[in-house]
Amino acid sequence: MKVLVTVKEVATVEDEFEIDGTAIDERYLGADLNEWDDYAIEEAVQLSEDGVVDEVVTVTIGPEDCEQTIRQALAKGADRAIRVWDDTLEGVDLLDVDAKTAILEAVVEEEAPDLVLSGVQSGDDSWGATGVSLAESIDFQWAAVVNDLDHDLGDVASVRRELEGGVEELTDVELPAVLTIQTGINEPRYASLRGIRMAQRKELATKTLADLGVDESAVEGAVRLTDMYEPESETDVTVWEGGAEETAGELAELLRDKGVVA
Amino acid sequence: MSDILAIVDHRRGELREVSYELVTAGRELADETGGDLHLAVISGTVEAFAEKLDREGVDAVHTVDHGEEFNHDVYAQTVTQLYDELAPEYVLAANSVNGLDYAPAVAAELDLPIVTDVVDLAVDGESLVATREMYGGKVETTTELDANSAIVTIREGEWPAAEGTGDAAIEAFDAEIDEDAIGSTVTGFEEVAAGDVDITEADVLVSIGRGIEEEENLDIVRDLADALGATLSSSRPIVDAGWLPASRQVGQSGKVVTPDVYIAIGISGAVQHVAGMKGSDTIVAINTDPNAPIMDIADYAIVDDLFDVVPALAEEFQ
Ligand SMILES: Cc1cc2nc3c(=O)[nH]c(=O)nc-3n(C[C@H](O)[C@H](O)[C@H](O)COP(=O)(O)OP(=O)(O)OC[C@H]3O[C@@H](n4cnc5c(N)ncnc54)[C@H](O)[C@@H]3O)c2cc1C
Repeated sequence: MKVLVTVKEVATVEDEFEIDGTAIDERYLGADLNEWDDYAIEEAVQLSEDGVVDEVVTVTIGPEDCEQTIRQALAKGADRAIRVWDDTLEGVDLLDVDAKTAILEAVVEEEAPDLVLSGVQSGDDSWGATGVSLAESIDFQWAAVVNDLDHDLGDVASVRRELEGGVEELTDVELPAVLTIQTGINEPRYASLRGIRMAQRKELATKTLADLGVDESAVEGAVRLTDMYEPESETDVTVWEGGAEETAGELAELLRDKGVVA
Repeated sequence: MSDILAIVDHRRGELREVSYELVTAGRELADETGGDLHLAVISGTVEAFAEKLDREGVDAVHTVDHGEEFNHDVYAQTVTQLYDELAPEYVLAANSVNGLDYAPAVAAELDLPIVTDVVDLAVDGESLVATREMYGGKVETTTELDANSAIVTIREGEWPAAEGTGDAAIEAFDAEIDEDAIGSTVTGFEEVAAGDVDITEADVLVSIGRGIEEEENLDIVRDLADALGATLSSSRPIVDAGWLPASRQVGQSGKVVTPDVYIAIGISGAVQHVAGMKGSDTIVAINTDPNAPIMDIADYAIVDDLFDVVPALAEEFQ
């Protein structure tokens, strides 16, 4: 059985930042493996360690810069990686769900996995929709927001979906399927030194849209980013100033006023 | 084509609050597009639901009697057929866990764009303008659509719930469900997070988030909670890491708490966390980031390192 894991490098933002047009100024951005994808990778690697899965392949849409993040996934135990990028993508302001789906669909067609694991959402643009959209497009079954997967995979994946308010839904999903993985499903490992060394030798294939037979127009998407701003705060928060001692003193006084402590 | 179709959300025999919020959002949008607001309620006790949904501004409620609970295949097939039948301009759904389990599939099936987790909507000329957040709420964005029809999921709690009673036409919609295409079966539900203490009963919560960095560091918050006679709770990453049991998690997938005082320490205030604690009487945030979204709902804040402030505060009461 082959698993394809969607792995995204997300932008992280410093506490203080400036916005430049419809993006955060690059000076204030860092990069990290998407939190939810980390759990998806771990789940795939555990399936492979349990002997349920023969190969774990990752797919990333992103420029060369994100190879470091992809190597992290390889160091954690993925077998090989695919990175999709070209000039067309460079020019796109916002890759919407349709655009991502079109690209991932082409990769699935080439790789023919039995199971696709993706994160519930990405920490930067948080669409939360790509996995299910992909499933429909490739005619796979699916389940969104999965926080438990029974590794006894036959023709069916038994999963738990985490609903709101502490309720979980138990669901059987026929394979092939796309599962969107929720944090907490497992404990993502840190890459070991050995893993990091081995990752350098693993295959990381790069593909253009043309390689995948994806039409350029497919990634333009219908959703256009037109503005970005810091949310106007409606708050009338009282910020206590001073050193830790002073501010802790203010809070202590409040707690005494409220009768929390005598 | 200028009608709006909103798909309501329910679970285990109850309409979820977001269903009434969808009515408000849908009505606002229908007023802007000059169309009618259609609701659809799929599965469950649809007739009883429809009566409750007949609030002011609703033009029609389409009921689809099929199964007790949510099944995404049934939803996806039904919404697709309703779309073909009613030809609405926009389809609204909840950005709930279930919303995200069928709405993207409908969009893909109908080849429509999808915009998720929207906090505000407007129509500018012909174009739908949706406001959404990025980077965990640090920035807000507006997106415009180069399409005349779309699926939109709305964030829970952003629109007031619709009230009043209306005179909607309540009609059964005869969806043709292809049972062979149903590839998943719900086999049950389970309440999790029952456990050690009931954080919903606490008057004072000391709540810790990822800012605590390491499990060992939890001791300083425990000390503070002890000194205050408060109960310890947390954001999700602490529970995901296994440092506290699920019963301590505050938020959308955890518990909804309403203490007199909620002290959020090293918690950014992501929407899913805020969903669980915004009803607290007094909210105090301790966070190094002056722009963290938690500041928007806090009454008092200390913008400083928790490793300095928390011990100093515990000291005050020892
Ligand atoms: C479907 C779904 C359901 C979810 N359900 C929940 C839920 O029920 N509950 C929940 O909490 N989350 C939930 N989440 C996760 C949520 O989106 C956030 O990821 C999570 O709330 C972030 O937790 P945090 O604020 O502790 O961590 P972060 O967002 O990482 O924030 C850490 C904060 O600590 C501050 N900090 C760092 N170091 C220090 C220091 N030394 N001193 C002071 N401050 C410091 C930082 O400035 C930052 O603001 C859910 C997500 C999804 C997709």
